[in-house]
Amino acid sequence: MNKSVREPLFHLVKRDGLVWWKSWIVRLVAVVLSLLVSGILIFALTGENPINVYITMFKAGFATRRRFWALLQNVAMLLCVALAVTPAFKMRFWNIGAEGQALVGGLATAFCMVYFGDKLPSGLLLLVIFLSSMLAGALWAVIPAIFKATYGTNETLFTLMMNYVAAQIVSYFTYVHSNPKGSGQMGVINKATQAGWLPKIEGNNYLLNILIVLVITVFVYVYLSKTKHGYEISVVGQSENTARYIGIDVSKVIIRTLLISGALCGICGFLLVSGTDHTLTRDTIAGRGFTAIIVSWMAKFNPIYMVVVSFLICFLQKGAVDIASTYGFNDALAEIITGIIIFFIIGSEFFIGYKIRLTHHTKGGKN
Amino acid sequence: MNTVIAFLTRAIVQAIPLLFGSTGEILTEKSGHLNLGIPGIMYVGGISGVIGSFLYEQSVGPENIQYLPAVLIPLCCCLLGSLCMGLIYSFLTVTLRANQNVTGLALTTFGTGFGNFFGGSLIKISGNDVPSITLTATSNMFCKKLPFAASLGPVGRLFFSYSFLAYAAVVIALVTSWILTGTRIGLNLRAVGENPATADAAGINVSRYKYAATCIGSMIAGLGGLFYVMDYAAGVWSNNAFGDRGWLAVALVIFSIWRPNVAILGSFLFGGLFIVHNYIPNLGVATQELIKMTPYVVTIIVLIFTSVRKRREDQPPASLGLSYFREER
Repeated sequence: MNKSVREPLFHLVKRDGLVWWKSWIVRLVAVVLSLLVSGILIFALTGENPINVYITMFKAGFATRRRFWALLQNVAMLLCVALAVTPAFKMRFWNIGAEGQALVGGLATAFCMVYFGDKLPSGLLLLVIFLSSMLAGALWAVIPAIFKATYGTNETLFTLMMNYVAAQIVSYFTYVHSNPKGSGQMGVINKATQAGWLPKIEGNNYLLNILIVLVITVFVYVYLSKTKHGYEISVVGQSENTARYIGIDVSKVIIRTLLISGALCGICGFLLVSGTDHTLTRDTIAGRGFTAIIVSWMAKFNPIYMVVVSFLICFLQKGAVDIASTYGFNDALAEIITGIIIFFIIGSEFFIGYKIRLTHHTKGGKN
Repeated sequence: MNTVIAFLTRAIVQAIPLLFGSTGEILTEKSGHLNLGIPGIMYVGGISGVIGSFLYEQSVGPENIQYLPAVLIPLCCCLLGSLCMGLIYSFLTVTLRANQNVTGLALTTFGTGFGNFFGGSLIKISGNDVPSITLTATSNMFCKKLPFAASLGPVGRLFFSYSFLAYAAVVIALVTSWILTGTRIGLNLRAVGENPATADAAGINVSRYKYAATCIGSMIAGLGGLFYVMDYAAGVWSNNAFGDRGWLAVALVIFSIWRPNVAILGSFLFGGLFIVHNYIPNLGVATQELIKMTPYVVTIIVLIFTSVRKRREDQPPASLGLSYFREER
């Protein structure tokens, strides 16, 4: 055979699994590289020493008690949605509708605050709000799940569309109940009575939110790794056929998991409306539903890692917002930097999963 | 009659960014890649064009600009910007086999951030002393209409009163449709999207097709952002004004069941639904918001309907969302 075989310089081999500390080194390198690139970007824009800029960033999160609590609150909210989407993701059900599911949870909360605010005693009211927000979130998630389970309807696209249906319903609601009338803004709900507001603990606004999210973290961790349901979820995620073969009712698992996933999203809406903002807009969730997907995936669906990743992302976002205001730039710098970091971390997963081998050229052309 | 014509022309102007976006996304999805970064890419396309024309206008002065550079500079910047976004996406998902949903969403975060950042800080960065980014002069160049349109009455207004990018959108959609169904390249591309392993075995360079489809798709989608700024918004960039149009474009892909030629009519319908609330008398502001929901609801219904009917030609590409690794076959 005279035709020479063109051989690529290297080829890819799938790794069997990297020792955990090696994989974390790869991720760490990715984060450092991304900070370097963001540093260059910041330097190009401001002409400021990037180290100083990172110090500014650090101060943004930690300088005062108030700032630190605000950071923790943000982490808790992002973490809550990330935890909520995880059971579905582990099952390879690509629920990208967390934004909408959390938003209808917030809608249910605002609804109850408006309609039952002066009718129910505060303890009962909070319970009603809590349950209805879970119910609303679960409902929003289970509709695509039912169609996925029965007809195989593409869940990514379905849940994506549900986000905007939710957003428009919320817009409608905020116009109907706007204060002052016709402004389209609800203003602070029950400002005078504070009915349906999550109570402060020791004068701290956010502590209860954070504690609730901690409970959810433990719940999701136990649910996924210690229960039969969690086991069924991972089997369905690995292979639906295997799941059927060992007698798991796949449709039932999909619907049940999405009920839980949606309910947890609903709780996040509840925490944001009742525990944080005390108002509702179509942007209440502020893109957390999408960021959460990235968090959950980067943390390999492990609730403990998710705490770390959410913290990292919130810290960077807060820092970037601070840099932007210090140097007179637009807030959106935060999103650019978050984007860069996520790109690097996503990219680094490749080096954890695959090995690059140089092709050894043997005499005779054949390998 | 006049109201009807006005409604239709406005609906079509609303439709064009969606049409660009969904044509690009269809092309990408046909290669098996669900690019959820389309909203971000359209943002970047828009702002890149704005940056290009802003710098050009500032360097020669808005009154001295000439037609050819005034159109070509933003156009090239827009294509370049969206190409870069497409490259980031395809490098991560094709070469590094990253999860497509996660990459796409990150791309959207990055893209909207990029748009809003430069939209808000371009004046400061470039060191110019103007109150806002208003590119009326460039916009006028983009909006040059066919000279005989005015003389044709209603027909002229309905068919000939748009800028060249609007016609380009329709032509690109038709050409894409033809390439997908009528040429060997299209056949290969669809094979890659349906079953990359089989396509690979048949000697098709899977990665090359995926890269090309994603990058060209991104560039087409980016034009939607450019059209929005230069034509619809008359050259005025305001942050977040682009709104949900990117996602609406993704919805349109499903609505048109992955056919660019259907997407043309679909985009006109969506454009109409987008503004119809202005033409219904005695409509409260609140109810308007509910009407704006219809494109998404209609899309969900189409999605359910196609999955229940299970007609093979109406299904999403079989390997949509999955990355391909040759040794895993």
